[in-house]
Amino acid sequence: MRDVATHRVKTGLAEMLKGGVIMDVVTPEHARIAEAAGAAAVMALERVPADIRVAGGVARMSDPSMIAEIQVAVTIPVMAKARIGHFAEAQVLEALGIDYIDESEVLTPADEAHHIDKWSFKVPFVCGATGLGEALRRIGEGAAMVRTKGEAGTGNVVEAVRHMRAIQGEIRRLGSMDPDELYTAAKELQAPLDIVGQVAEDGRLPVVNFSAGGIATPADAALMMQLGAEGVFVGSGIFKSEDPVRTGAAIVEATTHFDKPERVAAASRGLGSAMAGLEISALAGPDGDGLLQHRGL
Amino acid sequence: MTVVGVLALQGDFEAHGRVLERLGAQARVVRESADLDGLDALVIPGGESTTMSLGIEREGLAEPLRAVVRAGTPVLGTCAGLIMLDRDHLDLLDMRARRNAFGRQVASFEEELDLPLGDAFAGSPPVRAVFIRAPWVEEHGEVIDVLASVDGHPVAVRHGDILAVAFHPEITGEDRLHRWLVERAAARRTGPTPAPAHEAA
Repeated sequence: MRDVATHRVKTGLAEMLKGGVIMDVVTPEHARIAEAAGAAAVMALERVPADIRVAGGVARMSDPSMIAEIQVAVTIPVMAKARIGHFAEAQVLEALGIDYIDESEVLTPADEAHHIDKWSFKVPFVCGATGLGEALRRIGEGAAMVRTKGEAGTGNVVEAVRHMRAIQGEIRRLGSMDPDELYTAAKELQAPLDIVGQVAEDGRLPVVNFSAGGIATPADAALMMQLGAEGVFVGSGIFKSEDPVRTGAAIVEATTHFDKPERVAAASRGLGSAMAGLEISALAGPDGDGLLQHRGL
Repeated sequence: MTVVGVLALQGDFEAHGRVLERLGAQARVVRESADLDGLDALVIPGGESTTMSLGIEREGLAEPLRAVVRAGTPVLGTCAGLIMLDRDHLDLLDMRARRNAFGRQVASFEEELDLPLGDAFAGSPPVRAVFIRAPWVEEHGEVIDVLASVDGHPVAVRHGDILAVAFHPEITGEDRLHRWLVERAAARRTGPTPAPAHEAA
């Protein structure tokens, strides 16, 4: 008997993306450059996060005609973003035949309390997380892949590092616990007990975990991979750099050879300037407003 | 111990490594040509075939991989691995794959398949085959054995000790295809065995 769009098929596509780089693209031309640079998938959107920050206003799902043009431009998987909680945008993306939906804090949230019920879709979802509890809540809602949120559009890797270390550290902590202690751990993480138990036993998340939000150089990619990322998303870092073609290929090479510094060094040579980048403290108000990562916890 | 190289430029190479280690083989990550020295068998995993093929080109791995396989090393290719083995890529199987043949991700599926692949499969349950943006074999030469088809299109093919499947046994707990690979590697090491058919091709 044939079963279409099972959870295993959804998490399986993320397995196939491992060790790869998923690149933000805003035009079919960008998509072709990304594919030729070795991207494992592209994320189709109207503006890269750095430009969304500058433009302000409400950031929404991209125009379906732009997404459709990118789908015909490349043969690698095409992802697109829906607003947090905006299940109607997700329905539209599914109808377009998108390969993965990113329920993303980079867009303006549509629901302050609820994420999309991702189990009710055939298309798989990836969601951002700043820590383990958040990652497991998203998995509980049906996410088939997670990524660190980092701080999108900054070219500053510090937040991605913070989130990856938090997730990996909390996984190690669960692994050292007595089974009796998992109930309280689940309560503290505000995450489903069965998934908490599974993570404690396996020593890893039940889905693939990429890094996103501030990766701008080959060395940034190598850093995240060594910290436990299984692949990277690069948003503004490629098409805001001086030489996107070479920067894209170099980040792909560094992601593959993340544990060989001489290969990362070779890939990093002569790329011209990376995207300018932003200091996080310049974005955050006294209570942390202005940070995309605080959306949809 | 049987050393199985797993091409690890991109894709689900770790999943293959876990299955191989459960079977008592040593899985070795292959990213550069030096990693191919002394392998008993080779796995080309699932992943994005475009990315994988660009990686093979960047690393200058096409000729070294061909040399290893033409020397008779048993090979298992899954999904993108099947594509890498076709005429348009490494040209190690006399067939041409059609990429994303079953459609986009929303059409990805699982289904049970009978796989006539020697003793390990005789009288045992079918394989739960997971197809993810999967290819099929569009056309092939007469030397290719078609082991299984879906909707009339070959999805599991073999020539001698080269086995290529369009699905992903590595992510379902299925270990019979890897067991076949490890057994073929062991048979070749201990001999005496006739030269595999694919050496003559």
